[in-house]
Amino acid sequence: MSILEVNGLGKAFTIHHLNKTIPAVDEIQFSINAGEFLGIMGKSGSGKSTILKSIYRTYLPDAGQIMYDSNQFGNIDLIQASEREIIFLRKNEIGYVSQFLNVMPRTTCRELVQNALLEMGETRETARIEAEKALTHFEMDSSLWNSYPNTFSGGEKLRLNIAMATVKKPRLLLLDEPTASLDQQSKWKVREIIEKLKEQGTTLVGIFHDIEFMEGLCDKVFDMKTNEMSVSLEGVTHEG
Amino acid sequence: MSETPIVQVRHLQKQFGAGCPHCLDKESVYLEKNYCTSCGTVHAVRDVSFDLYPGEVLGIVGESGSGKSTMLQGLYFDGDMTAGEVYINQPGLAGHNVLTLSSQQKRYIRNNVYGMVYQNPVHGLKMNFSSIGNIAEKMIAAGNRHVGSMEKRGEELLKNVHIPLRRRKEEPQNFSGGMQQRVQIAKALSNNPPILFLDEVTTGLDLSVQASVLDLIKQIQRELQISMVVVSHDLAVIRMLADRSIVMLNGEIIENGLTDQILEDPQHEYTQQLVYSLL
Repeated sequence: MSILEVNGLGKAFTIHHLNKTIPAVDEIQFSINAGEFLGIMGKSGSGKSTILKSIYRTYLPDAGQIMYDSNQFGNIDLIQASEREIIFLRKNEIGYVSQFLNVMPRTTCRELVQNALLEMGETRETARIEAEKALTHFEMDSSLWNSYPNTFSGGEKLRLNIAMATVKKPRLLLLDEPTASLDQQSKWKVREIIEKLKEQGTTLVGIFHDIEFMEGLCDKVFDMKTNEMSVSLEGVTHEG
Repeated sequence: MSETPIVQVRHLQKQFGAGCPHCLDKESVYLEKNYCTSCGTVHAVRDVSFDLYPGEVLGIVGESGSGKSTMLQGLYFDGDMTAGEVYINQPGLAGHNVLTLSSQQKRYIRNNVYGMVYQNPVHGLKMNFSSIGNIAEKMIAAGNRHVGSMEKRGEELLKNVHIPLRRRKEEPQNFSGGMQQRVQIAKALSNNPPILFLDEVTTGLDLSVQASVLDLIKQIQRELQISMVVVSHDLAVIRMLADRSIVMLNGEIIENGLTDQILEDPQHEYTQQLVYSLL
């Protein structure tokens, strides 16, 4: 049973001051079953992020359908869904992690993770416990818990970012190169958490440049170059 | 998703001047932005419609003179609107266009249903009253007569907005801009209004004070589930606070959507310019 089905997705950007329309992706087609990990491979600028952002509705797609099987709404086209429905899904079902941390200023690392849970309606106590667990898992030094992320290192910011998204245990998690600037050990931590989420039934769509990282982790691969889905990483390189 | 908006705004209109046949047409060549060169009328708000949902923060962005504040003042009955309808889904109010209610009923809404935080604290506070007195004033207006309970509530509110209690009897004119803004927020919250309007609340505050005010607003939303309309020309502020946003230009809504969509995939030419200008 597929949880996400993308049909004929197309997106172009109209740049008014250049009087130009720049095509980004066209006729994208794939589907994922619940609990699977789909890796999107392709070179920079091939439209990988555009696909993820279209699913998360940060971009407004021009064509196609993105059918998502929601707990709350049943089968719903994410392109046609109302803004309020999308906001609900983002809070409760669909997560998105990029390499950029964008958070409220002067909010501590610990509060940020807790707030993600409080927004879902968790109790204060659960939020506190789960937040500590997540921060411990990602080896965030406890001396950082009560400080503000603005001065964190790149790796610390990333780990916080991933902690904030994964602590909510989303049904569908979109990973937009979240490990791009992490060292091997931190990447491994991310992989561990992804494996754990998979075990719990989370469906994942991810972009990673690191093929080694993807190996044994993704069930399916979508190749931007051929616009096709395959079941193995064989023959796919991100240089494409 | 079947959800009832807490506020429905329909075809809100505000013009300064009588208008003429030339400028009734939005595409008229006589219109220079929102100013009619033929009759001198300024169309401050033109046909603005939107919904505010329970517990959400709705952002309104736009340049100076785009009609954001005029619209907010109209909603709060600070100024009469030329035309339009506003419906509030609250007990006793549902189904009535609140713009046509009596001034007594409007006062009831201002005191019990709405809270307002102005850009300039001078408009929201009596600068020579004590801080706690300012808060009490709003509670008295809503019919509260019990000094003890008002004092308790006032102290609780001041504590929530991080004003040291030893300064509760002090006049806001002795306070810094950020503190004045926080007293204003405490006052606006005093009667537990389900709807809060915030007009450029962080404009002119230094970064550190701005951060504490933003954090306070976010906390209020999270804990009290108040619906808010946040007007700001600062996209960064809107990005931090609002899930959905509206972009205004020359009195009209030119774009609305999810805030991150507006910032990353702006559709309208003006919104694109606005986003390109982001620091």
